[in-house]
Amino acid sequence: MSRVTRFLVRRRGHGPAWHWTDIVSWVWLIAGTILMFGPVLWLVTSSFKGPAQLAEFPPTILPYEQIAAAVAGYEAPLPLYDVTQLDGTMRRLAEIRRIGTNAQMVDPASPGDRIDVNIADRSPVREVGLATDNYVQPLVTNDFLRFLWNSVFVTVMATIITLLTNSMAAFALSKYQFRGRDAVMLLIVATLMVPLSVILVPLYSVVNATGLMNSLWGVILPTVATPTGVFLLRQYMLTIPDELLEAARMDHASEWQIYWRIVLPLAAPALAVLAIFSVVWRWNDFLWPLIVLSRRETYTLQVGLNTYAGELNVQWHYILAMTVVTMIPVVLVFIFLQRFITAGIAGAGIK
Amino acid sequence: MAAVPPKLGMLVAAPLVLLARAVDPPLRWWQRRTGQNGMAAVFLLPNLAIFGVFVLFPLILNFVYSTTAGTNILLSDRTYVGLQQYGRLLDCEDYARRITCREDVFWTAVGNTALFVVFQVTTMVVVSTITALILNREIRGRGFFRAVFFFPVLLSPVVVGLIWRWILQRQGLLNLIMVSLGLDPEVWLNDRGYAFVATIGVSVWAHMGFYTLILLAGLQAIPRDLYEAAEMDGTPPARVFWRITLPLLGPNLAVVLVLALIRGVQIFDEVYVLTGGGPGTSTLYLTQYIYEVGFASILRNPGLAAAASILMGLVLVVLTLIQLWLSRRSEARGAKDT
Repeated sequence: MSRVTRFLVRRRGHGPAWHWTDIVSWVWLIAGTILMFGPVLWLVTSSFKGPAQLAEFPPTILPYEQIAAAVAGYEAPLPLYDVTQLDGTMRRLAEIRRIGTNAQMVDPASPGDRIDVNIADRSPVREVGLATDNYVQPLVTNDFLRFLWNSVFVTVMATIITLLTNSMAAFALSKYQFRGRDAVMLLIVATLMVPLSVILVPLYSVVNATGLMNSLWGVILPTVATPTGVFLLRQYMLTIPDELLEAARMDHASEWQIYWRIVLPLAAPALAVLAIFSVVWRWNDFLWPLIVLSRRETYTLQVGLNTYAGELNVQWHYILAMTVVTMIPVVLVFIFLQRFITAGIAGAGIK
Repeated sequence: MAAVPPKLGMLVAAPLVLLARAVDPPLRWWQRRTGQNGMAAVFLLPNLAIFGVFVLFPLILNFVYSTTAGTNILLSDRTYVGLQQYGRLLDCEDYARRITCREDVFWTAVGNTALFVVFQVTTMVVVSTITALILNREIRGRGFFRAVFFFPVLLSPVVVGLIWRWILQRQGLLNLIMVSLGLDPEVWLNDRGYAFVATIGVSVWAHMGFYTLILLAGLQAIPRDLYEAAEMDGTPPARVFWRITLPLLGPNLAVVLVLALIRGVQIFDEVYVLTGGGPGTSTLYLTQYIYEVGFASILRNPGLAAAASILMGLVLVVLTLIQLWLSRRSEARGAKDT
């Protein structure tokens, strides 16, 4: 048997028989793959459809663009339609304009005569094409480029600060013995019990009092002292041998230099995992930015997306395109860095 | 880690390195004066300062807020009313009938959240366990499938909400499937029952990969020789599952259950984008209630929101304590067995 076939039919049952658990497993895995990736793929293909096509039912799988032809006597190319005439034959006509249920059309070959066609008798001539304007418009004319910048700023700044403050705290908690160390640990554990949703009102008041309202820093600062981050780094730093630190101290290195030049580089793998977590968390933050930011130019992508999607007349073609844009960094993280995240969670989850 | 070109890495790190070097002399001075533990304080300071200002202080302030009334967020403009806000929240003529309550929206939110949590957590644990069991088998390509289920976990809740809102539109994918199966299309999110089920389904879709990972790690920690011994004894697979796998997975299942409960109680983001709490208030959950009463609604009442959030916080504290106790216990048991 070829390797591929052997891979596909590797099973638990003995001999040539399929055990029922094998069938269930494969069905579950295949169905799971379709269910997990399908909606996202549907989002992407939908984002390349024009607004008219998005309103159609039943929807088509692929995005189509209507073909337009240049017709003598008209400036812009006119969209082409296949028209069913009274005698049942089909004819390809170009549409000048539509008024109500009546479409004024013209034969591209003989542009002189105007023909009136009921809109029910015509169907657009289309080929597979991407409505890239869905992506260009919101970024260029609406505020989405600004939103994108805000999201990037928040994510990068928050991650840098998180890495610095959490690693410093983890270093102190792992390599120093001092009175009150356990109390501090307990305090940090206690903050695990205080999720954001419980302190929304007073946190808003604190951020207001510190003048950070409507500022991206008001979004960044409350989120950087993550207890998970401190624990993750501390766990890792405990494995750094104390002898290294002692040797450095004997060479007259200051504690700060020990942190900066020995501990931090050695903790790089754990820092990388925390960095990935932080990037994903901060990029995806929604509730807190929603509360803190009330000026449109300060919105992050998530808040901006929600605002545009909450309008009375949702412009789905723009929303879908911007949703894809919002999704891209996370997809990149997934493709290239996914195994670090899964390793990090599996390690932390058992604890 | 993806290899960053060394030159680029050095360029980006250059200002930080300069800053670190500049900061060393004053810190050395401090260290000479206060010793090693003095430096420990320096290392702890930034993190603790942020904890203090943005977590601990607001926590205390929350209690203060819950005893005040008024629409203004500024504490100085508010009036002290003692436990009146709590009284208002819990004031019901007949606890069995939500409509008789003074803050009936609060009770609606609580009821919705309770129902949501029961169904969502059950579904989540069952689906995650089955997936973990399947992924634990010796299938090549396991890494790929593990990543597959984990993918939606990384997506932002806004993206998740919008993806599914689009699928559930009248002209959306689900109706296309319905029609091709010969069934009638529905306007899913306009129906109270379907919207509720949608919030459960969407949140299970978005989060099950995370719990699957934890359970998978737990399954892989079960020693192989137990299974081999059972196979040599000719034990039927069902018995192996009930007598070996399930008990040894028990601690992980408990942790997953509590984690899912904690997260479930706080559900907001993807539901808010998917349904906005509607139709009506059928998918209005507790966090959205707090958000609306505290910030978004015209009839703002931060004191009431603070009181509600403290009540929610109490439930979460209990759950978190259970979770910590459970993970302590499984750690201890692990240490005992070695």
